Amino acid sequence: MVILTGQVPTRLIGNDAFQEVDIVGITRPCTKHNYLVSKVDDLGRVLKEAFHLARSGRPGPVLVDIPKDVTQAETSYEPSGELLLRSYNPTYEPNQRQLSKALTLLQESKRPMILSGGGVLLSGASEELRAFARRLRVPVASTLMGLGAFPGSDGLWLGMIGMHGTFRANQASGNCDLLIAAGVRFDDRVTGKVEEFAPSAKIVHIDIDPTSIRKNIAVEVPIVGDCRITFARLNKLTEEMGITVAPDERLPWLAIIAEWKASKPLRYEQSETIKPQFVVERLYHLTGGEAIVTTEVGQNQMWAAQYYCFDRPNSFITSGGLGCMGFGLPAAIGAQIAHPERLVVDIAGDGSIQMNIQELAAAVQYGLPVKVAILNNRYLGMVRQWQELFYDRCYSCTNMEHAPDFVKLAEAYGALGLRASRPEEVDEVIKRALEFNGPVLMDFMVEREECVYPMVPAGRPITEMLLV
Amino acid sequence: MNNANGLSRKHILSVLVDNQPGVLSRVTGLFSGRGFNIDSLCVSETLDPLVSRITLTAEGDMAVLEQIKKQLNKLINVIKVWDFTDKEFVQRESALVKIRAKGEDRAEILRNADIFHATVVDVASETYTLEVTGDEGKICAFIKLLKPFGIKEIARTGPVALARDRK
Repeated sequence: MVILTGQVPTRLIGNDAFQEVDIVGITRPCTKHNYLVSKVDDLGRVLKEAFHLARSGRPGPVLVDIPKDVTQAETSYEPSGELLLRSYNPTYEPNQRQLSKALTLLQESKRPMILSGGGVLLSGASEELRAFARRLRVPVASTLMGLGAFPGSDGLWLGMIGMHGTFRANQASGNCDLLIAAGVRFDDRVTGKVEEFAPSAKIVHIDIDPTSIRKNIAVEVPIVGDCRITFARLNKLTEEMGITVAPDERLPWLAIIAEWKASKPLRYEQSETIKPQFVVERLYHLTGGEAIVTTEVGQNQMWAAQYYCFDRPNSFITSGGLGCMGFGLPAAIGAQIAHPERLVVDIAGDGSIQMNIQELAAAVQYGLPVKVAILNNRYLGMVRQWQELFYDRCYSCTNMEHAPDFVKLAEAYGALGLRASRPEEVDEVIKRALEFNGPVLMDFMVEREECVYPMVPAGRPITEMLLV
Repeated sequence: MNNANGLSRKHILSVLVDNQPGVLSRVTGLFSGRGFNIDSLCVSETLDPLVSRITLTAEGDMAVLEQIKKQLNKLINVIKVWDFTDKEFVQRESALVKIRAKGEDRAEILRNADIFHATVVDVASETYTLEVTGDEGKICAFIKLLKPFGIKEIARTGPVALARDRK
């Protein structure tokens, strides 16, 4: 992402001028890089650098702050040719020796697994990952940010790992003897108690960002490189070395996983009221799994991650590491602009959606047919869940009984508003929303005190899960 | 991260950076953002006017320092990072010491200064200002020696360092 911001004229910078903010200073810790352009002649080079930095290496936001007089100045544009960034040279090509080491470990392994993260999607490594995992029959779990890189309907799929991961994914991490982690940074929501994460595993860690490696987790084989190139090299090397897996070699390990899956699947109890998980399941079925799903942050996000089965890369857009409420609707609008032909659904909560609901006006104004599905429990649900489980049901500032009437609100914006209050109304509402050619806001009145399960209490090993 | 290098110790880092506004703030922000104190910091232009050298000392265990070095390398404006810990290197620091100097003390202070190869850079009727250069140990010893006379002010540069070359 490249962000262009407007600054006061250069002669006023530092004078506390009207609406002056040191945006470069403020955004320094949360951008990959940023610039203040004080001369118009620098603008061409800076913008070229900005787009290069934002897209290369480990991608990240780059901000370019442009004072008013620079935006109004004139200059002759000369293509700046080669970029000169002597201090920036990301490593794409993995070290050959480390690759061999990783494959040797894999040959010795009885219970291997792959953990795939957002970096796999960013580098476009889905194909290579799928080929690698299927060829060597290695089960794959994913972080929240990596969902879709490996198909959710594949037999080797373990599900999401971590605090709200599947039982089998978390147990697999606790019992595997080799963990190949690609494009992940071992966030605390993934590892739980780090000292007890993957205790019996040797870890191979592939990432283009050296700072991700050995930050939280000690690893056996660090591989700095681009995930796509690395998996391509691994596939090639596997072929060259003639590494194959006998049909029954993985059977014992896959049987244990199948047993975990059968005994402790993702589940919820149906009832008279709408269950939020049920809404996500119906969305999955009625969209044929073809939608680009964005989410807000909280319970809605976790249910979307658990119950919408992602088969395609780049179909799940969510705010993971930072967990920004209000992310889903603007993200859906962006996705719809980028993919006018695809169906875009924002799975939202009644709390998060109100952080940026004004963007409905943009969706209507620009004719963007995004579908917003609010799992409306009239609570800030995830915080309420923690208050229920860890604070003795002392509900503080989470009750939102006086949320607006979302159907009327949608209509006020010129969008279509629909509501379902009973399970049997859910399909009808979704179908009408999908048929309508324009922005729709669906208000699902769901069970108020439903919790996201499984759950690992913060600071516990991820194999110790609270189940339904 | 559990590691055997949990011992906190002093590190001297030498960092080559682009000589541009805001770069120092990016570097120091890395330390403050992780709750680490920088003990000393020295910045100056190099032979190449587009490049500055930052020499800084900080305390931390090896794992923390590893992470900080990686993060420094990740900054777009950082060209190269050296960690002189456990390496052959030379370091020098300078200090200006303003000291009370009356009567008999005046001669005694000069004798001490002489031993340390310190020079007098300013003389007033009741004070001397001395300049001394050396490694950190020498500066500290000099200051300790002068303390009884009554030190009024001290300005220290903090160490600068370069790696030793093979003989």
